[in-house]
Amino acid sequence: MKIETLRFGKAMRDVWGDTLCEIMANDQKVVVLDGDLANSTKADKVAERFPDRFFQMGIAEQNMAGAAAGLASVGLIPWLSSFAVFLTKRDLDQVRMTIAQTKLPVKLGAGYSGILTGFTGKTHQSVEDIAIYRAMPNMTVIAPADEVECRQAIYAATYHPGPVYFRLTRDPGPVIFDDTYKFELGKGIVLRQGRDVAIISTGVQTTRALEAAYILESQGISVYLLHLPTIKPLDTEAILATAEATNRVVTAEEHSILGGLGGAVAEVLGEKRPTRIVRVGLRDVFGESGPNDALLEKYGLTPQHIVAAATGLLEGRDA
Amino acid sequence: MSTISIDIPPSPTRDPDKLREIARKIRALVLKSVYHAGAGHIGGPLSAADILATLYFAVLNVDPSNPEWEDRDRFILSKGHSAIGYYAALALRGYFPVEELQTFDAINSRLQGHPDMTVTPGVDMSTGSLGQGLSVGLGMALGAKVLGKSFHVWVLVGDGEMQEGQIWEAIQTAPRFHLDNLVAIVDYNGLSQYGWTSSPSGYSGTRREPPILNPGDKVRAFGWNVIEIDGHDPQQILHACDLAKLHKDEPTFIVAHTVKGKGVSFMEGQYPWHSKPLTLEDLNKALRELGEAEVAE
Repeated sequence: MKIETLRFGKAMRDVWGDTLCEIMANDQKVVVLDGDLANSTKADKVAERFPDRFFQMGIAEQNMAGAAAGLASVGLIPWLSSFAVFLTKRDLDQVRMTIAQTKLPVKLGAGYSGILTGFTGKTHQSVEDIAIYRAMPNMTVIAPADEVECRQAIYAATYHPGPVYFRLTRDPGPVIFDDTYKFELGKGIVLRQGRDVAIISTGVQTTRALEAAYILESQGISVYLLHLPTIKPLDTEAILATAEATNRVVTAEEHSILGGLGGAVAEVLGEKRPTRIVRVGLRDVFGESGPNDALLEKYGLTPQHIVAAATGLLEGRDA
Repeated sequence: MSTISIDIPPSPTRDPDKLREIARKIRALVLKSVYHAGAGHIGGPLSAADILATLYFAVLNVDPSNPEWEDRDRFILSKGHSAIGYYAALALRGYFPVEELQTFDAINSRLQGHPDMTVTPGVDMSTGSLGQGLSVGLGMALGAKVLGKSFHVWVLVGDGEMQEGQIWEAIQTAPRFHLDNLVAIVDYNGLSQYGWTSSPSGYSGTRREPPILNPGDKVRAFGWNVIEIDGHDPQQILHACDLAKLHKDEPTFIVAHTVKGKGVSFMEGQYPWHSKPLTLEDLNKALRELGEAEVAE
């Protein structure tokens, strides 16, 4: 199921545009609403192929969210095309009242999540989106790791009966799953079995966590790696099994350590199985413009940062 | 509640006198329900009563026995705080028993403080946070076009919520899609919850400025078909709705000039009656003016 060597695949935004075209070719009920970013989010693929079901809503995210609720209420399945930063903040109240409270099947295609947003800096990076929608009743939150999982998760999100916040990324990343992989909404997937230390990760940070696992294993450390593509609903059983196997947990996400995956795992373990945990992520700061490598380095998101957190935990040091 | 007689069958009518009578009953039910709940909005539901009566009894193509009918007209109460007026209209039209209005605001009630489509029969969209209904209506109207359906979408907007930016996003966007199946009606009663004042007595007085000036001119400039009417005259309301349905290629915006608190002399034009608990004395004074029997408690 897993490929041990990391190869670079398609950018998740391309996977999203292509997969939506695939779905829309077979299902007349799926429509796309764009906040004038289609050529960035790759909803332009849909615009070109299905102009009758692509709606340019302009730079007006609040109206776009409300219109999506209206479309969903009459029986359609709308995907929103915008950046994660806007779909969580510009239209938060609209999503809350007309999409989350109503449980309508609107899908938030949140492009450019995390901090690798093409030199646009802190205004366009999204470091608190998981925390925001994880706290919102009725929302499902998904952050796939690679192109294989992304494609399957888009299908699952489209046909999930309620609203979904779907985290997408801008740039190509490593592929870690092969074609035998089966995405299951709400389920975590164990990528490595180990006993010394565990890493629990989500989204593209899982590709960095896998690299960290290789490094740790080369140092003779046995690593348990749990990937959680669905952050809500959370696979608490998988988290507890992970803690049971190792007694030490590092969480890793391209997101703030507050309220996101790290927060979620800490809540579960704090209540059900107190376990030493170190959270790797942005430490309550906004990002900035810069090349991807430099950003990951400065904000503590590289595989080496995960390795350091794991090593520290093994040596009884704090993060 | 039981003191309100329901001698009007819950069937559609275009008779203006009957529509006036239904509006009168909506007003009485609003006051009794708010008194019973010990809380709730009054001014807005009273100003919207004639519009709600005309929409539900003369305009909307709906079937109360099948609230989920796919081809029904959709209605959105964007000014969701006027929920009790909406519930009274729905009850009179037969969506649920009039007696259920007694549960307004109560725990486990289907009649929440603001409309909730997940629990109330006949409610097509949840509202309450202002400025959002027109966007949803835009989406429903767009959905009708995608699905090849001929239903209309009616959105009742408050003049206060026209201060929200999102309303103008929707007003700017709807004409681009040529949504002639979308009709917005603004309940232009000229008062919001507290508002601005330029009166010499300042905010300690009861004079307030309208929340928005000349909404019709503004919306017309965005490419809508605009009709201005007396929002308390069922004949004018009905005529405007008929014209809106005939108008092609553009959405219609009806500016319904109304009076906040309409029908009760001591509430008319008084911003504090936006939302205020009623005493039994207030209630009975109001019921007398409406020609309804007083209540003992």
